[in-house]
Amino acid sequence: MENVCSINNLVACLVQSGMNPDLANLLTALGGVVLVATVPLVTVIFLIWIERKVAARVQDRLGPNRVGPFGLLQSVADAVKMITKEDITPQGADKFIYNLAPIIAFASVVLIWAVIPFTPLHIGADLSIGILYFVAVASIGTIKIMIAGWSSNNKYALLGAFRTIAQLLSYEVPLVLSLLVPVMIGGTLGMQEIVRQQGGMWFFFMAPVAAIMFFIANLAETGRAPFDLLEAESEIIAGYNIEYSGFKWGMFMAGEFMHAFTACLLTVVVFFGGWWGPGVEQIPVLGFIYLGLKTAVIYLFALVLRSTVPRVRIDQLMTLNWKWLVPISVANVIVTAFLLQVIKALGLTPQSGDLIAALPQTIILLVGNVLLGVVVFGFIGRVGRAQRAADQAVQIHTDHDDHSPVPAVGD
Amino acid sequence: MLEFNAQSVAFIVFALFSLGGALGVVTTRNLIHATLYLILSLFGAAGFFVLLSAPFLAAVQILVYIGAIAILIVFAVMLTRSMTRLRELYNRQWLLSGVVGVALFLLLMIGVILPVWGINGSHVGKPVSDVVTTTVDLGIALVDQNQYVLPFEVASLLLTAAMIGAIVIARDDRE
Amino acid sequence: MAVLNEWAFIGVFFSIAWLFPFLPILGARLLAPHKPNSIKQATYECGVETVGDTWVQFKVQYYIYGLIFMVFDVEIVFLFPWALAYKQLDFFGFFAGLLFVFFLFDALVYAWRKDALEWV
Repeated sequence: MENVCSINNLVACLVQSGMNPDLANLLTALGGVVLVATVPLVTVIFLIWIERKVAARVQDRLGPNRVGPFGLLQSVADAVKMITKEDITPQGADKFIYNLAPIIAFASVVLIWAVIPFTPLHIGADLSIGILYFVAVASIGTIKIMIAGWSSNNKYALLGAFRTIAQLLSYEVPLVLSLLVPVMIGGTLGMQEIVRQQGGMWFFFMAPVAAIMFFIANLAETGRAPFDLLEAESEIIAGYNIEYSGFKWGMFMAGEFMHAFTACLLTVVVFFGGWWGPGVEQIPVLGFIYLGLKTAVIYLFALVLRSTVPRVRIDQLMTLNWKWLVPISVANVIVTAFLLQVIKALGLTPQSGDLIAALPQTIILLVGNVLLGVVVFGFIGRVGRAQRAADQAVQIHTDHDDHSPVPAVGD
Repeated sequence: MLEFNAQSVAFIVFALFSLGGALGVVTTRNLIHATLYLILSLFGAAGFFVLLSAPFLAAVQILVYIGAIAILIVFAVMLTRSMTRLRELYNRQWLLSGVVGVALFLLLMIGVILPVWGINGSHVGKPVSDVVTTTVDLGIALVDQNQYVLPFEVASLLLTAAMIGAIVIARDDRE
Repeated sequence: MAVLNEWAFIGVFFSIAWLFPFLPILGARLLAPHKPNSIKQATYECGVETVGDTWVQFKVQYYIYGLIFMVFDVEIVFLFPWALAYKQLDFFGFFAGLLFVFFLFDALVYAWRKDALEWV
């Protein structure tokens, strides 16, 4: 058994055949990196296809169906087209950082895949700070926008870049705050360990508010609808990547699709049980399939959301974040912390990793979350009613007076 | 004394990042390039934290320094006119600052070399230890009555004061 | 040293990750036509000639959002070890965290009331 050279003991194998251990580690890491980095690359081809198909079906049309069976090769055709398009660099652009931006755009998303647990046995690098690594890499993404917007030597690109950065910075706060909750419940930052902790019950059922916050913040971070103001084709053309053409623009687009998929993947890993599923302990490879299925469901939900919900205005965007999501996330952390202490005092903390042991904690936390949700919806109702009353007052006012300007009703 | 293994290669790479980035910051004429060099230098510092078995601090370095402070620096740089062609690289106090810089460097060298290779030093290069305090220990220590709970709360107060001060200064023109 | 092996993987990943987008861009440089002229390279401004210098009116609101984000970022950095060790803490730990979060929530309310969160 020890003489068989498989991926898991490749290092030992190479060392036995006389290679320097450091070099063996390096080569194995290289192989692993290439393997892990190819998965998102292959996935992005299907992602673009499914995005177009779903958007088309929602709009009662067919979508790409000519190139290849069911239009599957459409993305490949697009990629070939983009490579052969002329690459126009605007005059006065800062050459080095102009070319650097699309590379960072793509690389910063692929880097996240290094810590994602695919199966109980296969993970790129099981860092002890997996979740924090994801947050750190996500925060690097703001740099690429800044340099893309700046180096294009175009004031609209710069304006778009500023707005995009304001959006990304703002929505990072509820993103990270909502990640605190599974860290508290699981007691670990490592990705593989967090998935293992969900053997009894998915964290989604213990912390639905956190899961929803995380999902919404991820949608805003990746620039998906309804938060896609910044690449709204009808409004500011393409925002910070106006001046990019050819494959560099393709890199930005591919990076964005991959980022959306990676965000859904992370939601599944942290909240929906990752690779857990029936029979995964005996046949670890099944974990891949379960992870893929769950991510596909979440991603489809995001796609349908894109086609359904109208775009949010920039001031509504900021209000939503700072006046709603951040207080809710903070309150959620405190409520969960309190309930966890209560659970610990009552002695109901699940010791073993099965469903029955996790049930009491789940129920208590779920009740807490539902209460929080009820309070939030109460607030939303109150604000909504105040807004409606104010609108009606303005309506009556303008019915009588045709010349006074309508005051903008803030919230 | 100096073995050629993965750790020393990594150390050299990160040292190049840190020092090269810092050098780039002070020698380039373009402020935006200077910010990018600063980001490179901060990456080097994060790498050092990893080598010292403090991955939490490495992630914090990237999250806070590069993710927040570097972006704010870029915003501040945008307010500067003619930032792409700085006119003066050296001011008239270069001799004094050079002397101070060299003196500080010598002080640092003595502070680093003497405890290890000096007369009473330990004479061993301390390798990165496997037994280090983890992030969980940090978390417990932060709220432990006998350890760091007071600085923890004072830090929060400091952050609040910082935010209030920043808002007061930045919104001054709206009165 | 197994821990550092994981980080070695990340290090190699960092070095390779930029190669994946770089190669197609290089390929594009070889395959795509390259005939620049001044019209093609002119800055895009909704179809007309550029007016004025490339310098936008920088709204201070961007900076304020960045500042508030930075304060919350540092707060989150403090909260992560607290949340990580939470299972081993008792009610005193909860109250310490509550006080910490309360101060910052207070600062957020201040920013809210002073209209620092409005997108002007």
